[in-house]
Amino acid sequence: MSETAVDLDRRRFLTGTAVIIGGIGAATAAVPFIASFQPSARAKAIGAPVEADISLIEPGQQVTFKWRGKPVWVLRRTPEQIEALKASDGPVLGDPESLKSEQPEFAANAWRSSKPEYLVLVGVCTHLGCSPSFRPLPDADTGPTWKGGYFCPCHGSKFDLAGRVFAGVPAPTNMTVPPYKYLSDTRILIGESDGGSA
Amino acid sequence: MSFITKGLTGLRDWVDDRFPLVQLWNDHMGAYYAPKNFNFWYYFGVLSLVVLVIQIVTGIWLVMNYKPDATLAFASVEYIMRDVEWGWLIRYMHSTGASFFFIVVYLHMFRGMLYGSYKQPRELIWILGMFIYLSLMAEAFFGYLLPWGQMSFWGAQVITSLFGAIPVVGEQLAELIRGDYVISDTTLNRFFSFHVIALPFAIAGLVVLHIIALHEVGSNNPDGVEIKKLKDKDGKPLDGIPFHPYYTVKDSVGVVVFLMLFSAVVFFAPEMGGYFLEANNFIPADPLKTPLHIAPVWYFTPFYSILRANTYPFLGVDAKLWGVIFMGLGTMVFFLLPWLDRSPVKSIRYRGVLYKSALAIFVVCFVILGYLGILPVTDGRTLVAQICTVLYFLFFILMPFYTKWDKTKPVPERVTH
Repeated sequence: MSETAVDLDRRRFLTGTAVIIGGIGAATAAVPFIASFQPSARAKAIGAPVEADISLIEPGQQVTFKWRGKPVWVLRRTPEQIEALKASDGPVLGDPESLKSEQPEFAANAWRSSKPEYLVLVGVCTHLGCSPSFRPLPDADTGPTWKGGYFCPCHGSKFDLAGRVFAGVPAPTNMTVPPYKYLSDTRILIGESDGGSA
Repeated sequence: MSFITKGLTGLRDWVDDRFPLVQLWNDHMGAYYAPKNFNFWYYFGVLSLVVLVIQIVTGIWLVMNYKPDATLAFASVEYIMRDVEWGWLIRYMHSTGASFFFIVVYLHMFRGMLYGSYKQPRELIWILGMFIYLSLMAEAFFGYLLPWGQMSFWGAQVITSLFGAIPVVGEQLAELIRGDYVISDTTLNRFFSFHVIALPFAIAGLVVLHIIALHEVGSNNPDGVEIKKLKDKDGKPLDGIPFHPYYTVKDSVGVVVFLMLFSAVVFFAPEMGGYFLEANNFIPADPLKTPLHIAPVWYFTPFYSILRANTYPFLGVDAKLWGVIFMGLGTMVFFLLPWLDRSPVKSIRYRGVLYKSALAIFVVCFVILGYLGILPVTDGRTLVAQICTVLYFLFFILMPFYTKWDKTKPVPERVTH
């Protein structure tokens, strides 16, 4: 204990500098802990494009491929199904022109694909990430006026056969079309398009 | 005999010279005066402590055989169930314990609402309790991923996607939580870490704070009378009895009855018809295929129903974000109870018809929402869920008014029993 009176200024200065410098140190030390939550280099590397053979898909049939751990669907639509997408008596859609939705430029059309016959879609509901089920025919969940589409079992969102979301369901936007390109008439590459890759 | 007593007393004194042992005992047990009119509802506090111990002990044993690895997790749980000596029992105790934890905590919280236990001066006890409840929800959610079944996977997918609804930073935040673009091995590993280390520590710490705060202000009781107001000449509350031995003895009986019920479920209905352990979770996780019907475990379903009930965009915000906002508010709004309730009385015994009806409607809505949450959506059910969601929030929004206008009865000076 010093003989002189307590030097309050000195105490304040020491406390202040310790708080500031210590605070900066603590904030900096937090960076690696938070950053380590991010996807690792390995997780990022796994996101490479995948090739898909579509030669055996029958009209009206849908096949699932895996890209970045997510289901990617390839649906070969029948002429009636393509026709139904343009019909004026169809369901009320949330984003018919795909203005708010995610897709490569070549898919920003009514059938949301480069070739109307083949739909390529990330099979993940834009609501909370469940994978909707393919319902080509009306059933109890979808109602009698159903012209075919996708029904999400988790929260009841509905999409048409172009992955366009119905109005009045929890999902806000159309399902995502991944970047893809045709390597030949029967092979596509999912994850890369001529405009660039994702 | 006497030399044993002497030895023990000596040991106690030796410790007491170095640690406030006797003082701690008296503050929390021997000289902690609790109201003498505790009823049935007052068992659920001690019962949640019992379940916490069950969960920690069984959890320690489960970790000895569980493998937090996406390729091994599902099989390791089945290994525990089939090959590990008594593994099935320990695992069923843990899974049943999770549901029982929520049963006793919900009843404990309802007790608080019945008798106004959250009201001044017990606001902080209520807030700490709410933090325990939220941590418990997180603990249950992280734990549910570990068996790596279909419900584990898709439940986690939905809940982590909730964060994606937050504007601008949402998607990145969801990615940060998962540590990957989808729920993966990385997610499983970090959820395991949260489930067995971070949250148990947090919960245990919060429980200690909850009890310290309770013992500082003293327990409420079914009459909502402050027993500290009237004291005898020694300064002891007239309507108080020492926690030990009165309530330790009473609670022991309650704990035994509880354990009988608990054992009955563990032995005869551990899956509880799919409510405690869901059928889809006996199928290994498949990232490409959502089961046709997914629903959270029963204790989350009221909030899940609120999430699903939001199907209309308004104020320029889409339905998805509203769902997340209302679900969040639905859990958080309980924090405000001490300030929303303007009634001059605490206990439902002295409240008027307005509060009683409001609470009854709220409970009915909570149960209906919970029931709807386990069912698939239809237009009719969505409408019912929407009505219940509105009533759920009206209970809180209108509370300052109806509690103020309510005709209360005079509260007695002393507890009744």
